[in-house]
Amino acid sequence: MAWTWFHRLASPPHVYRTAGRLTPWFAWPAAILIIAGLIGGLWLAPPDYQQGDAYRIMYVHAPSAWLSLMVYTLMAVAGGIGLIWRMKVAHALAAAAAPIGASFTFATLVTGSLWGKPMWGTYWQWDPRLTSELLLFFLYLGYMGLRAAFEDLQRADRVSAVLAVVGVINVPIIHYSVVWWNSLHQGPSVMYLGKPTMPPSMLVPLLIMFLGFTLFFGAVLLMRLRAEVLNRERAARWVSAALGGEPGGRWAGEEIGA
Amino acid sequence: MQAALPSVQLGRGSAPSAWGVARLMLERDLRLAFRKASQLVQPLAFFAMVTTLFPLAITPELSRLRHIASGVLWAAALLASLLALEFLFRDDAQDGTLEQYALSGRALTGLLSAKTAAHWLLTGLPLALMAPIAGVALGVPGRALPGILASVTLGTVTLSLLGAIGAALTLGVRRAGALLSLLTLPLAIPVLIFGAHATQLAIRGEPYGAPLTLLAALAVFGMTLAPLAAAAAVRINLE
Amino acid sequence: MSEAMLQVENLHLWRGERHVLRGVGFSVNSGECLQLSGPNGAGKTSLLRTVCGLSYPEGGQIRWRGEDVHRDLPGFHSQMAYLGHEPPLKMELTGRENLHYWVGVRRRFARSELERALERVGGQRWSDRPVRTLSAGQKRRVALAGLLLMAVPLWLLDEPTTNLDVEGQQLVGTLIDEHLAAGGLAMAAVHHPLAVSERGLRRLELGGG
Repeated sequence: MAWTWFHRLASPPHVYRTAGRLTPWFAWPAAILIIAGLIGGLWLAPPDYQQGDAYRIMYVHAPSAWLSLMVYTLMAVAGGIGLIWRMKVAHALAAAAAPIGASFTFATLVTGSLWGKPMWGTYWQWDPRLTSELLLFFLYLGYMGLRAAFEDLQRADRVSAVLAVVGVINVPIIHYSVVWWNSLHQGPSVMYLGKPTMPPSMLVPLLIMFLGFTLFFGAVLLMRLRAEVLNRERAARWVSAALGGEPGGRWAGEEIGA
Repeated sequence: MQAALPSVQLGRGSAPSAWGVARLMLERDLRLAFRKASQLVQPLAFFAMVTTLFPLAITPELSRLRHIASGVLWAAALLASLLALEFLFRDDAQDGTLEQYALSGRALTGLLSAKTAAHWLLTGLPLALMAPIAGVALGVPGRALPGILASVTLGTVTLSLLGAIGAALTLGVRRAGALLSLLTLPLAIPVLIFGAHATQLAIRGEPYGAPLTLLAALAVFGMTLAPLAAAAAVRINLE
Repeated sequence: MSEAMLQVENLHLWRGERHVLRGVGFSVNSGECLQLSGPNGAGKTSLLRTVCGLSYPEGGQIRWRGEDVHRDLPGFHSQMAYLGHEPPLKMELTGRENLHYWVGVRRRFARSELERALERVGGQRWSDRPVRTLSAGQKRRVALAGLLLMAVPLWLLDEPTTNLDVEGQQLVGTLIDEHLAAGGLAMAAVHHPLAVSERGLRRLELGGG
């Protein structure tokens, strides 16, 4: 039956093993792509005729910004799946993803403000994209704070999943209201990173970095997921078996709803 | 005598309509609030206090205060409406009545909507009525007052709905105050932006219909989705 | 063989790392009261909260009239009443107001019905006082009046005799007896045996864990 297949796929030992097997398939290509993208972006690409070399921070900034949003969406989708099908592994995935997403958001803010210094002459400008990113950072902080506030893991999982779903519905509303706000107060804003027409020598390294960062995220997520699953299942026998410790605790088979 | 006992008439008696249930809930919450009237006044006093801070901290000149009045009013309204949120569902969760409502067989979304409506009547509406007075104190011209009243009225509806989600999420958290603000404030940013802008336009004497419409849209959107999220969170926290 | 009204099969519940319910199963029919006993921490409250649908079990099934209760929770809830450890009352409201708002969302009832229920628990005299001023036993009696007013077939009671004097404990037994005689069924977690007649009484002992 399709249902049992679905649950076997989501059983903690299976997830632990599969994630371990998949990690190198993400980690190595990520390393190669990021190195290639950095060489392409930092040395091979020509300086921008307006921004000089300052634009090069885009090669870190833009992929981080993409991932900051993508990870939040992933958390909401995983949380929704966990809520609807009571799938614990989906919650573990969301829990593993949150700090990574928050880190990418933070990196976006830092690189954005570093770029701002030569461009605007100040480290912080209430630019709509940076402001939205800051609010997204607060959403991440709230999500992780809510998770940490519960002792009962199941409740933490389910409550934070509701928050992630509410948050993901609100992210576009927040973003467009901030853009609207900015258009009122500053007129059309300075063209931010990422030009509509970019020569291929600039664009190709950027695309490589996007892919590299996404794979890097995948690798870190899989590693964190393994740790998360181990921690959640620390009383189960398959964990002590997997770690080569004393057998004890309960059988994985007892975890019926997993 | 025993034959007349209600328990014997198993399953008899018609169920009240959804509207009747909501009215009962609303009436209950209003009655409870008026028996603890001191809690009602606190958000209003807080709002007045925060508004007072700005002239003291910046300048008593009305001509200058007028420029920041919309921001002051909205930031104060946002904080004041957060203040009473923690207790929106908490009292009922602690004495077990929320559990009874969750087990009543009636839609929890409807019951929570009614509770949120009561919360708005008790904090949002008084804040909206007070905002024009605070506006006058900040040098806002009289012609701007209807705009302030309208925008704060609409904006606080959404704030109450967002607050209901936050209160439901943090129901199982012991000291939720700071966390509740961290969860609710980012979600409330659109209300702040549209509300403050409508107020600013009203102060300048320009038409403020557009941001007011956006505020109304947010309120309608919130009314349809927020009770669902709040009900889901309440059920999880009652588990 | 036709199925019992309430049928519970192989219930498993985890609370964090504790396996609270390990394959609990039983059935209760009309006219029967299941008395749950066992030491503290044996899972009596967890079992009641799982049966009434507040907690979701990791395994097993709860069937009411042959239907899995999680398929139609509102439908199931409208036929059951759950009383937890504490009487679910608002301290600022009077006993009568409490019953009005608590039971009122479930069903319409006449003023006379409310008075009969209060009379039955001996609470007519003091039910216009704020619940805050009542004794623990009186609060418990208001909650019992609510139970009668709900007029549902299934009662799930957690320590229904807490804080009651001897006469009050007798009253709980009588109320359950009458409920069973009228075709109702009940499940009660207890520390002391209920004063219920032997005829419909069934016992379930939960082990410590």
